[in-house]
Amino acid sequence: MTAPDLPPSRRRFLTYLVATPTLALAVNAGLLEEPAGAVIPTPPQVAELEDLGDFLIQAGKPTEGKLIVLDVSTAGKVTCALPREEVGQGITTAVAMIIADEMDVPLSDVTVTLADARPELLFNQLTGGSNTIRSVFEPTRQAAATAKARLVAAAAQRTGVPQSRLQVLDGIVVGGGHTIPIGELSAAAASPQLKVAQPTPKDPATYRLVGRPQNRKDAREMVTGQFKYTNDHEPVKGLLRAMVRRPPTINATVKAIQNEAAIRAMPGIRGIHVIQTGVAVLADTFGQALDAKEALEVTWNAGTVDDQNDETVKQALRQVNLPMTPALGTVVEGEFDFAFANHAPMETNTAIADMTANGGTVWAGMKSPIVAAQTIEDDLGLPRGSVTAHVVQGGGSFGRRLFFDAALEAARISRAAGKPVKLMWTRVDDMRHGRARAASHHLVQASIIAGEVVALQHHVASIETDFRHGLGEVLTATGTQLGNPDIIPVSAGGNASFSQSVFATTITSPYNFGATSQLLNESSLKFHTGSFRSVYSANTRGAEEIIVDEIAKALGQDPVAFRLAHLKDPRYVAVLTTCAELGEWGKKLAAGFAQGIGFHAEYKSCTACLVEMDARNPKNPRVTAAAIVADYGLPINPRGAESQLLGGLTDAIGTTLRAGLHIDKGLALEGSYSQFHFPRQKDSPREVKIHIMPATTGAPGGGGELGLPAAVGAVANAYARATGTAPRSFPIIFPVDFTPFTKNTGSTRVQPR
Amino acid sequence: MPTYSFMLNGEQVQVDAPGDLSVLWALRDKLGVTGPKYGCGINVCKACTSHLDGKAFNPCVTNVRDVAGREVTTIEGLAKGDALHPVQEAWLEQDVAQCGFCQPGQIMAAVALLRRTPNPTDADIDAIENVCRCGSYFRIRQAIKAAAAKMAEPTVVAVQDPAAVSEGGGSSLAATGLGVDVAALGAAALGAAALVTRALDTADVAPAEG
Repeated sequence: MTAPDLPPSRRRFLTYLVATPTLALAVNAGLLEEPAGAVIPTPPQVAELEDLGDFLIQAGKPTEGKLIVLDVSTAGKVTCALPREEVGQGITTAVAMIIADEMDVPLSDVTVTLADARPELLFNQLTGGSNTIRSVFEPTRQAAATAKARLVAAAAQRTGVPQSRLQVLDGIVVGGGHTIPIGELSAAAASPQLKVAQPTPKDPATYRLVGRPQNRKDAREMVTGQFKYTNDHEPVKGLLRAMVRRPPTINATVKAIQNEAAIRAMPGIRGIHVIQTGVAVLADTFGQALDAKEALEVTWNAGTVDDQNDETVKQALRQVNLPMTPALGTVVEGEFDFAFANHAPMETNTAIADMTANGGTVWAGMKSPIVAAQTIEDDLGLPRGSVTAHVVQGGGSFGRRLFFDAALEAARISRAAGKPVKLMWTRVDDMRHGRARAASHHLVQASIIAGEVVALQHHVASIETDFRHGLGEVLTATGTQLGNPDIIPVSAGGNASFSQSVFATTITSPYNFGATSQLLNESSLKFHTGSFRSVYSANTRGAEEIIVDEIAKALGQDPVAFRLAHLKDPRYVAVLTTCAELGEWGKKLAAGFAQGIGFHAEYKSCTACLVEMDARNPKNPRVTAAAIVADYGLPINPRGAESQLLGGLTDAIGTTLRAGLHIDKGLALEGSYSQFHFPRQKDSPREVKIHIMPATTGAPGGGGELGLPAAVGAVANAYARATGTAPRSFPIIFPVDFTPFTKNTGSTRVQPR
Repeated sequence: MPTYSFMLNGEQVQVDAPGDLSVLWALRDKLGVTGPKYGCGINVCKACTSHLDGKAFNPCVTNVRDVAGREVTTIEGLAKGDALHPVQEAWLEQDVAQCGFCQPGQIMAAVALLRRTPNPTDADIDAIENVCRCGSYFRIRQAIKAAAAKMAEPTVVAVQDPAAVSEGGGSSLAATGLGVDVAALGAAALGAAALVTRALDTADVAPAEG
């Protein structure tokens, strides 16, 4: 619900807070004099004014003009090498839709591929922050409109028919009795002498493809096994398979190899090299490399977190979290813990590298390929521009491929061996030595006076999330350009300032809860971390959605009605209302079953999620049904948006109920999907209804991460209502119900039945 | 090094490899068949799911010597030329794939399920253990149900002009996933219309798994 009109005194109060949005809570006594029952508005927070995506767009502005390059072949095929990474989020299909719609060509004639690293794009080749469509929508429209205008101008020149009487229909220029396929005009349209009318992109309201469900363009290759991921490519002859024996603890280094001669004598083994991260084994097949890697006997130096375990991590987080300001009135509060969570994309870390003393080439799924190439150059002492980075579509990411660990490691091995290599991490290594969402600790406290929430404080403590993949530099650059240290605090320096910037530009509360403050503090324990889908929002907003339910309960109000009365924006209200209807909120359920609701807004989009849970056995709950509604401002491909929401729901079911990592002696105990309990079919709802709202703003909001935080709230709230408990530690069901692997793999061969 | 020969997607192949090399790496690194994916290597993610003598198996934990003389079908061998298997069609219609990495295994698991259980219940579908990290499970469930319906219903195929069919105009036929030789159907000169009842790719139906 929108904020009511306010007396002038209140407005002045609000203005004051806008200028200092991240200050610790200072409840103005004046608030106490407000009439009871009036919703206390919350002033705009940083992320509502300028979110992370806005800063990424800002950083990309200087290079926007050359971001999108379209090519029209003489056969009339349109291609665009997108300087972003596709990992399943559907951006190549969405961008093809925008191009086809803007140019009036058949979608089947448009192909969107992935561009190699283009260093001239500076900050504008980073795939993150749910920002691809937001950042490429306008440049793509402009490029496509320009291409179409030039094709029409070329047709006018050829036929003598004025441009105003020509139009493009399904890839053919039509008018004045002429029909010319655009391919025939491609060469003439490239002439610099051509007189072109000022191209104007279409009014989005007139789009015919954009906004309508479209299935993925690359799906046929996927379902026939023809689609090639990094490991399926053989771009150079004589690629040796490489695997790395990794240490028993995180960041430990090799002291000595005990049985090198025996390993070299194993079948198919072509080389052994000690590198920074372990012992690399080269072989003819990955099967042989795996056997040799397991057979290696290695002694190790200490790692960086060898003395850490679940309890020490929890203590470290409590030590860095700031105490709360004493609350006023009635207090609803909670203290939450979230475990580490592995990204666990199906395709493990994989890369191909072909390096020489002068430079070389890498192939991998990379969301920050410019930084990847430059890091490899620096690491190997190579000149700038000597490494070519080919971006390969990835088998999942969820944030993981922001880091290019595999490409760097493969380059090091190739350089050491003097041979081209294809590197693959085992699942066990990927889970234990790869990256994870950082464990976090949350203190949330709501102050209620005269039946209204007057303040919400949320203090987050997290193990440091590593942003050293180029995102931090983007924020530093834009923060400097904008000259606004209040919005982007760059003074702290290093990764800590990146973390603060990301937190401030992504975390916001969608509710009018009076004075709202959300603060982050990090522990610098040296685990391997990285942005995980929704970065801070999944845990931070997830915990808040649980507290929102508890506030409603304390006030004797229905969770949906309470949210509706406090949401800041009419778009939010419409989404939640629609979701409650779609999911039949409030319907009668048997004992042990319950519904749960969650809401979240980020990156100019918003969503509500309603789940039904069967928790008759509290140790074995199952989400049985879900209803999700989302407003993307301007949805590009509702079908793809639904996929992302479904994925966010599954991530939420996993990380809320069962999927997390236990830390013991500095290493994750979990080593595969049999131990890290990411949902399978049996854990997934049998009924899912998803509704995408029609366009509301005319500009696309973020979509890749939106679905997770609301679903975390919905799943946790359903569990709470079904079991009568107050969940505080996640995942909720988190026993060590397996025997941890003692080696780096748990290789077991079975006889076929 | 020993040589093992087996049928792979309808063709006899030979591979020089140690007998204990897993079939996954024999396929991927020796034979260049990359549809089956590595996701765990220990038969818990099921991304490599393929068929051995028509039944689901996991190449990552099967030694190459154990498939000698037998018939291996990977995702690449499921379609008949351009005619997709009904399960693959259903996967496209439901837009199941996100990153797509697990989908070859998911599809091969679904085909194996539908061979054993042509009309699977939700509980039968729940028993498929293949991990989809993108979380597309609900669409997988819908696709399996849609494929079961496709494979169960008798299909009426009207062939109005055999000549048009033989020229490739019979896309509706090709799209049924029957694996029927369209040109041969046309050549059979069935006249104005022909009724074809869908046989569930009878050629490679295997006995139910024990």
